[in-house]
Amino acid sequence: MSESMRAPVGQDQAEDATIRLASVSVRYRVPRERMASLKEYTIRWIQRRVQYVDFWALEEIDLAVERGEIFGVVGPNGAGKSTLLKTVAGVLHPTAGRVVVRGRVAPLLELGAGFHPELTGRENVYLYGTLLGSTRRELDGLFESIVDFAELWDFIDAPLRTYSTGMTARLGFAVATSRFAEVLLVDEVLAVGDTRFQEKCRRRMDSFRRLGATILFVSHDLPTIAAMCERAVWLSGGRIQATGNARDVVGRYAAA
Amino acid sequence: MALWDTEIYDSARRPSPFVEELLALVKYRDLIVQLVSRSIKTRYKRSVLGVAWTMLSPLLTMLVLTLVFSTLFRYPSRDYALYVLSALLVWNFFAQSTLAAMNDLVWSGGLLGRIYVPKTVFAVSAVGTAMVNLLLALVPYTLIALALGRAPRPAVLALPLPVLFAAMFSVGVGLAFSAAAVYFADVLPTYEVLLTAWMYLTPVIYPMELLPPTVQGVLRFNPMYYLVESFRSILYEGRIPSGRTLGIGFAVSVAALVLGWWVFTRKAREYAYRV
Repeated sequence: MSESMRAPVGQDQAEDATIRLASVSVRYRVPRERMASLKEYTIRWIQRRVQYVDFWALEEIDLAVERGEIFGVVGPNGAGKSTLLKTVAGVLHPTAGRVVVRGRVAPLLELGAGFHPELTGRENVYLYGTLLGSTRRELDGLFESIVDFAELWDFIDAPLRTYSTGMTARLGFAVATSRFAEVLLVDEVLAVGDTRFQEKCRRRMDSFRRLGATILFVSHDLPTIAAMCERAVWLSGGRIQATGNARDVVGRYAAA
Repeated sequence: MALWDTEIYDSARRPSPFVEELLALVKYRDLIVQLVSRSIKTRYKRSVLGVAWTMLSPLLTMLVLTLVFSTLFRYPSRDYALYVLSALLVWNFFAQSTLAAMNDLVWSGGLLGRIYVPKTVFAVSAVGTAMVNLLLALVPYTLIALALGRAPRPAVLALPLPVLFAAMFSVGVGLAFSAAAVYFADVLPTYEVLLTAWMYLTPVIYPMELLPPTVQGVLRFNPMYYLVESFRSILYEGRIPSGRTLGIGFAVSVAALVLGWWVFTRKAREYAYRV
């Protein structure tokens, strides 16, 4: 991309960024003692003794990702990377702050969440497709290209429980990317199937990007982040440690 | 740019959950169909009799009840079986759908925490599934009725009305209880017990007239009484229920739906954190 000389994150021109997070915080609130029973809870609530442990998965995150960018997210386990993607995907509503995402989002995380093992591949395409917000009619039109891409014509009417892990993942990826999406949320998804299929997934994401899609890419694979992304953010303990040029951020994270 | 102006998600400008869930449900209407078909297909997937079970199980229940009651209590009517089954159909519809609504939400396999789905979709599709089961169970019912020389009367054309009421009522109750079930694991077993008690407090296996007038007066506060009465009146007696019965049935169902929807959607954005 020629216009990669962009102003740093969080500036005013971020108004029409594809993904914009303004002081976003996400809190998981867990009762201090395990109160499985309603009775116990009511008693404590009346006594005003319900105590919570607050866990801030994200704190005060400011981030703007521009159209067409591949933006990397790095950090140790529990840093809030997945929470960040879920917040952008609209799965988690931020406890504080504001998230704005322009365009359709294809969440390539937890591929195949919602697949049912007893249903056939064909039935699962429709189940998963509608779970991701497509209509039946749209899926009718996309069905051939989905199965083509997943290369599963021979097994499409067999129950999913007979599929290998790789086959299931291929079907999941094919459904999730069956329509163009302006925003791709990628969580280590390139570990799908064998190397040849991974290459195919990469090509599809590239073609989306040429059409202007923005990619938010979470990975522990630092060299890949440094090579693929223009910019990146380093998260730790739910806070931003650094943002900026991907190579710099990855370098600083690796050194820490 | 044509691709561009499609959707904007702005967490600060989401409509109130009450409205947002409604809009999302319309958008995800095809998902409801898929979820209904999933539960119908998978429930009996590996059983020999398959979907036939949907018709068999109310039949067998009815058989047991008939045997027990006609031998033990010497209930006069020869058509007791039909009498019970006509009410049992709508009771099972209610019981099945509300239980499934809670189970599907709580055991959605962490789906809620992984992808965005309208949260009400589980209760609505649970009721959809129960609706299919009800339609299937009407087949053996009609067969038995014919065998006993009780062909359906024209009043049967009014059946969609109490079915619709029961559906609204079940969605409302299912939503209210599943909201609680997300937070407290013991809501589900408690509700199961409650259901059993509730059934005996509803004239399903006995006629209302058998009870002392004071008890009858109390039972008239039971919303299910009106739904069961409407159903039985149409299916078994072959006459349109009184305007009062239908009217109260309608009012109670709408109230349950709105209230349940409100209770459920108030916390809808928290479920992804909990389930």
